[in-house]
Amino acid sequence: MQIFPFLVVAWIVAVGLYGLVTSRDLIHQIVCLIVVQSSTYVLLLGVGYVTGGIAPYFSDISPHTKPVVDPVVQALALTDVVVEAAVTALLLAFAIQAYKRFGTLDPHELAELKG
Amino acid sequence: MTPRQRLVLFAVAVTGLVGCYLWAFSGLPGFGNYPGPYGQAILAHAITQTHATGVVSAINFEYRGFDTVGEEFILFTAAAGMSVVLRRLRNERKDPPEQLEAAAARDVPRTSPAVRGVALLLVAPTVVLGWWLGTHAQTNPSGGFQGGVVLATAFMLVYLSGDLRTARRLRTETVVDAAEAIGAGGFAAVGVTAVALGFPYLYNFLPLGKIPGSVSSSGTIALISLLVGIEVAAAFVAIIGELLEQSLIVRQPTPAPPSQPQPASPPQPEGTD
Repeated sequence: MQIFPFLVVAWIVAVGLYGLVTSRDLIHQIVCLIVVQSSTYVLLLGVGYVTGGIAPYFSDISPHTKPVVDPVVQALALTDVVVEAAVTALLLAFAIQAYKRFGTLDPHELAELKG
Repeated sequence: MTPRQRLVLFAVAVTGLVGCYLWAFSGLPGFGNYPGPYGQAILAHAITQTHATGVVSAINFEYRGFDTVGEEFILFTAAAGMSVVLRRLRNERKDPPEQLEAAAARDVPRTSPAVRGVALLLVAPTVVLGWWLGTHAQTNPSGGFQGGVVLATAFMLVYLSGDLRTARRLRTETVVDAAEAIGAGGFAAVGVTAVALGFPYLYNFLPLGKIPGSVSSSGTIALISLLVGIEVAAAFVAIIGELLEQSLIVRQPTPAPPSQPQPASPPQPEGTD
C-alpha cells in the first residue's frame, strides 16, 4: 500500500501548524493557515487517485478506454481553493484592521492588549 | 506562557494529531485504489447527459451545481464582508498621525521599467486567456473560477504597469458591483428559470448542442461558467482593489473626507509596491 501522498499531507499540516504556533506576525500566520489548508488539496487529489488513471477530460480521447481518476474530489478541490481565497481575503482585512488599531501585527503583543 | 512551553505543548499536540491521522488513514483504501462509486457513475454518464467533455466542469456546474451556487456566494460574501470591514475603519479615521507620517515617509523603491513594460505587454493576452478559460469549461480543464481569477490578474497587471490611480480608474465601483451582481444573481436566476419551466432547480434546460465538447455544447454548464467567471473576476478585483486602497489611505498624510473616494489624494510615487 502506497502511503507516501498521505504522509505528505500529514507533513504539510504539521509544518503549517508549527508556523501558526511560532509565528510572530499576523500576515505570516495567515500564510501558515494557507499552508495548512493546502494540505487538503493533496489529500483530496490523493484520495481520488486511481492507479494509472488520467484526468477526467475527454476532449481528445474517447471515454471508457482508460482508467480515469475520480472527478468528484477534483471538483471539491476547486471549491476548496475558492473558500481558501475568500478566507484569506477576510483574514487580511482583519490583519489590516488590527494593525491600524493597535500598531502591531505581533500576535503576542496583540494578546496583551485588551480584546 | 514562554515560547519554549508553547513549543513543548505544540510538539505533544501535533504528535497526537499526526498519530491519529495516520491511524485514521490506515483504515482508508490505499493510494490509487479509490472505490468511490459516485465519480465512476458520473463518468459513465456525464458526456451523454451533458455533452460536456470536461467532467469536472459538468460536476461543478450541473451535478453539484447547487453546491457551486453556495460556493460562489461564499466568494461574493467575502468580497462584501471585506469592504465592510475595511470601510468602517476608513470612516473612523482614528489612525495616529505619527503612524500615517511614518507610512508616508516610507522609502518605496520605484517599479523597474522592465516590470512595467512586461506587465503592460501581458494585459491583453491575460484578458484573452481569462475569457477563453471562462467560456471553455465544457471542453477542457478550464472554467469560470479559473478564468475569473486570470481576468482579475489583468487588473493587477494594469496596476503593476502604471500606478494605483490607473488601476482605480479601471476599478469603477459601479462596474465592479454590477458585474458581481450579474454574475452571482445570474447563476441563481438560471436555476430559478429552470424551476419556472417546470424542471428541478438548476436543471440543464438549454439545448445541449450536437457535438459534445464544442463551445456551443452543454447548455447551462457553459452559461453558468461564464456567469461564474464574471462574478469571480469582479469579486477578486474588489478584494484586491480594497487592499490596494488601504496602501493609499495609510500613506495619505491628510485623510480625505470619508464620503469622497479621495479625489484630492496626493500623487502616488509611480508604481508603488
